[in-house]
Amino acid sequence: MTSRPSIEVLKKTMRIPQAAFGVVVMVIIVFSAIFAPWITSADPEEMDFDNLLQGFSEEHILGSDQMGRDTLARLLYGARVALMVSLGAVGLGVIIGVPLGLVSVYCRGYIDDIIMRVMDALVVFPSLLIAVGLAAAMGGSLPTVIIAIGIANIPWMARIIRSQGLTIREQDFVAAAEAGGMSHFRIIFKHILPNSIAPVIVQSTLSMGYAVLTEAALGFIGVGIQPPTPTWGNMLLQAYPMLDQQPLLSIVPGLAIFLLVLAFNFVGDALRDVLDPRLKGVIH
Amino acid sequence: METNSQSPEVVLDVDNLTTEFQTPEGLGRAVDGLSFNINKGETLGIVGESGCGKSITALSILRLVPSPPGNIAGGSVRLGNRDLMQISEREMRDVRGNDISMIFQEPMTSLNPVLTLGYQITETLRRHEGLAKHEATARAIEMLALVQIPAPERRVKEFPHQLSGGMRQRAMIAMALSCNPRVLIADEPTTALDVTVQAQVLDLIKDLQERLGTAVILITHDLGVVAETAQRVIVMYAGRKVEEAPVESLFANPQHPYTRGLLASVPRLGATTGAHSSDSRPARLAEISGIVPPLTEIPSGCAFAPRCKQATEKCTAAQPPLEETEHPGHRVACWHTDKVAV
Repeated sequence: MTSRPSIEVLKKTMRIPQAAFGVVVMVIIVFSAIFAPWITSADPEEMDFDNLLQGFSEEHILGSDQMGRDTLARLLYGARVALMVSLGAVGLGVIIGVPLGLVSVYCRGYIDDIIMRVMDALVVFPSLLIAVGLAAAMGGSLPTVIIAIGIANIPWMARIIRSQGLTIREQDFVAAAEAGGMSHFRIIFKHILPNSIAPVIVQSTLSMGYAVLTEAALGFIGVGIQPPTPTWGNMLLQAYPMLDQQPLLSIVPGLAIFLLVLAFNFVGDALRDVLDPRLKGVIH
Repeated sequence: METNSQSPEVVLDVDNLTTEFQTPEGLGRAVDGLSFNINKGETLGIVGESGCGKSITALSILRLVPSPPGNIAGGSVRLGNRDLMQISEREMRDVRGNDISMIFQEPMTSLNPVLTLGYQITETLRRHEGLAKHEATARAIEMLALVQIPAPERRVKEFPHQLSGGMRQRAMIAMALSCNPRVLIADEPTTALDVTVQAQVLDLIKDLQERLGTAVILITHDLGVVAETAQRVIVMYAGRKVEEAPVESLFANPQHPYTRGLLASVPRLGATTGAHSSDSRPARLAEISGIVPPLTEIPSGCAFAPRCKQATEKCTAAQPPLEETEHPGHRVACWHTDKVAV
């Protein structure tokens, strides 16, 4: 059997029921976000004053809000925001945090100290605080939210890859690559990175769930992406005063957030089980 | 030392190499003024206990001592007419793997688990010889065949976990020799292998060395391996060279008490207490009492003095110089070589 290790990991992960559930949920949400215009013909920002605060109905399958906007359409277009935020924020954290952590591990000494102290300083600011500050400074928009949550992810990614990389750095194959005259860049990205990436993959998946939650929280307190752009967070914010009159308005985005976060967590946990170095020998 | 007219070609000349480590207890010298050279096609054994500076010597030659805390404080390493301690890091990278390459002790960890064998061998070839991918792969298959790995066409596509320990060590050798280096540093290459595989790997190194004319620096604590493979031996203790001799001379007339201790502590099959021929109780294995001192606590005189039965005041007062003995090419650093004689 010479199949690639990454495929082995995927197969193994899908055999865990929660992970399979999580992947199915994620696939459904990703598809509905991408194909939103084909799933519903309704415009998420179009108001229908004849049908305010509807429950399940023919005009509005999942009801409508106090301005008569279609909840299904807002949910689907909101999924786009949720996914973009989770991917963007975690991507930002990984793209900046991982190289920093790797350079830290590779160079050791004072470079390591400087990078990690800066990371320590970053950890001090919770992502909500950064987001509120950025939103105040730049206005609440998709890039602001992504940057805010992404910045908060950087130090964690750097720390996680560093802690794994520290053991990999001392392995003979890294010394062998050095003794073979390989460049710093090649040793870091071809030899240390692939062997240290597993916990980052796990953390990224979990962080994506957390990013969805943070985005929702930002939307709910009103500093996230501003209406009329539909996000699950600002849907909740607008639904909250209507809780008595139309609970469906809160339940739908709430359930969506719950399911997506759960899916990320299930997949993250399953990946951790599969990628755990102590179980590594069992994979094949 | 080699002053006669047909002196063989010196490929690597290490002079007064000193490597220091900054430890919480202070500055320690892991390698202390070490000098030696090695000729084309020769095998030089470096022996000593764990912690006496053998591996740091190897890493110092390649300028791969982790820094900080390590630092090559002085000395020169001449490869041909270049001093490796003076050239830039970029130039040094061209030397590593190309002119000097190294194989490591643990075949289980010295190959990258996520890359195929073929990739790892061709990486070196493409780096140093600028071969295209398919040329490099062809060479990799050739190299694997050279180190007697069966079905090399199939093996190049495999990952390290699909190979046995002995095979991995062969693959390492293939990698190290792929660019035809002038010097191969083998750091305990057989320690992690079982005895039969050990012999095969040593034979392989010897055979390839003869064919390719590579000089081999063999670092080991196994005197049996040295006796079998090396032509010349350096005995190191606490970062210093305490004895240097052609292999026959070292085993026939060990001069330094430390060397004698090492030789005495090699277990022999069927050794008895031997006081009387009728006495067949197994002999107790001789040992050198004590351990190598920590880097920061190396005594100022002879470093071995605290563990040496022959030690006198002179030994603790001053460091003995390395002096030629009556045997040609056999040099020792001990105040009491005359008294040590059997």
